[in-house]
Formats: sequence, structure tokens, C-alpha cells
Amino acid sequence: MIFIILLIIMAVLLLAAAVYSIVHRDLLFAVMGTGIVSVVLSLFFYLLQAPDVALTEAAIGIALTTIIFIITIRNTTRDEDEIIDKENEKL
Amino acid sequence: MQEEFNEIFIKYHEIITIGVYGTAIGLILIGLYAVLMKKNLVKIVIGLSIMDAGIHLLFVGIGYIQNGTAPIFSPGYENAGERMVDPVPQALVLTAIIIGFAITAVALSLIIRLYKHHHTAKIDQIKSLKW
Repeated sequence: MIFIILLIIMAVLLLAAAVYSIVHRDLLFAVMGTGIVSVVLSLFFYLLQAPDVALTEAAIGIALTTIIFIITIRNTTRDEDEIIDKENEKL
Repeated sequence: MQEEFNEIFIKYHEIITIGVYGTAIGLILIGLYAVLMKKNLVKIVIGLSIMDAGIHLLFVGIGYIQNGTAPIFSPGYENAGERMVDPVPQALVLTAIIIGFAITAVALSLIIRLYKHHHTAKIDQIKSLKW
């Protein structure tokens, strides 16, 4: 019973974080959303009896993917529609 | 009494199966929406990584059995071969996570090159084919 309640809470959290990372206009917040997706996904793998996959997902999904996304945002733009950045360039 | 318990047990198993598969397919659909509809290139790569996560969850969910143990022969679990979950999808997913990370890294490096050349990361403003 506890397993099912935990599973439903985690499923809702996973889908909510995925929708947040798609909808949000600020790309840095969107990348944080993918980080939350990876955290909950590694918990999912642990509950589905796959501890090795959970460890790999935790290391790569949370740390490395977030780092390379942040390097890309630093080298390009932070706003999805590129409105704020162009105003800053004018100033 | 025993039959009622078995019925509840089967119902729980169905709830777990539908929950895991539904979450996985929902993640795949959300990622597909982002890949098809978004204009920003970084958002498209985010959608690809979310779609990747959904496929990984689907694979691990296929290999799961009710009340299974992890596929590791540790002390105290020498004779647990029949209760173990399927290790083959887990090995596939372990490889697919690494490959997904490599694909994301290559795609993001291409986005940085495109931005340095065109000064934009939106695909509807990049008109020229040669760069």
C-alpha cells in the first residue's frame, strides 16, 4: 500500500516537473526541471529493483547533463524568446 | 479470505503496471510535443532528454515482476533466481543512459557553434543552409 502511494506521488511529480521544464520561458529554470525529472526517475529505478541503473542515472542525469546545459546557456541566451537578451544588448 | 487477498494483490499489481507504463508514455508524449512545437534549440534538446527518460522508464517497467528482488546474487539471496527481475532491459538502459548523454553533449556543442555564427538560437530565424 505504501509502495503504491509513493509510486503515485512520484509519477505526479515526474510529469509535473517535465511539463514545467517544457513550459517555462527561462531556460535555466527549465534545466532545473530536467534535474528534478532525473532525481525522481532514479528513485523510480530504485523502487523497480534496478539499483545500478539508479546510480548511473543519478550521476549522469543530475550532475553531468545539468552542467553541460548550463555551459550551453552561458554561451547562448537565457531567455527562450530572446527578448530580454536583446533589450540588454541595447542598454 | 485467501481469495480476497489474492484479488487485492492482483489489483495492486495492475495499479503498479498501469502507473509505471502511463508515466513512461506521458513522458514520451511531453518530450515529443517539445521536439515538434518548440522554436528554441535548447528547448528541443530538453525535450529529447525527457523523451529519453520516458523510454528508459518503459524498459525498466517491462522487466519488473511483482515482489521481485534486484538481479544480484548477494549473501542471503543465493537461491533467489526465480524471484529476480529481468536483468536484460536494465543492462540495455544502463548503456542507453550513457549514449543519451553523449547525444546531448554533441547536440549542445552544435547549438553553441550555430549561435556563434547566426547570433540566434531560434530555428525559424536561421534561414541559410550553409554556415
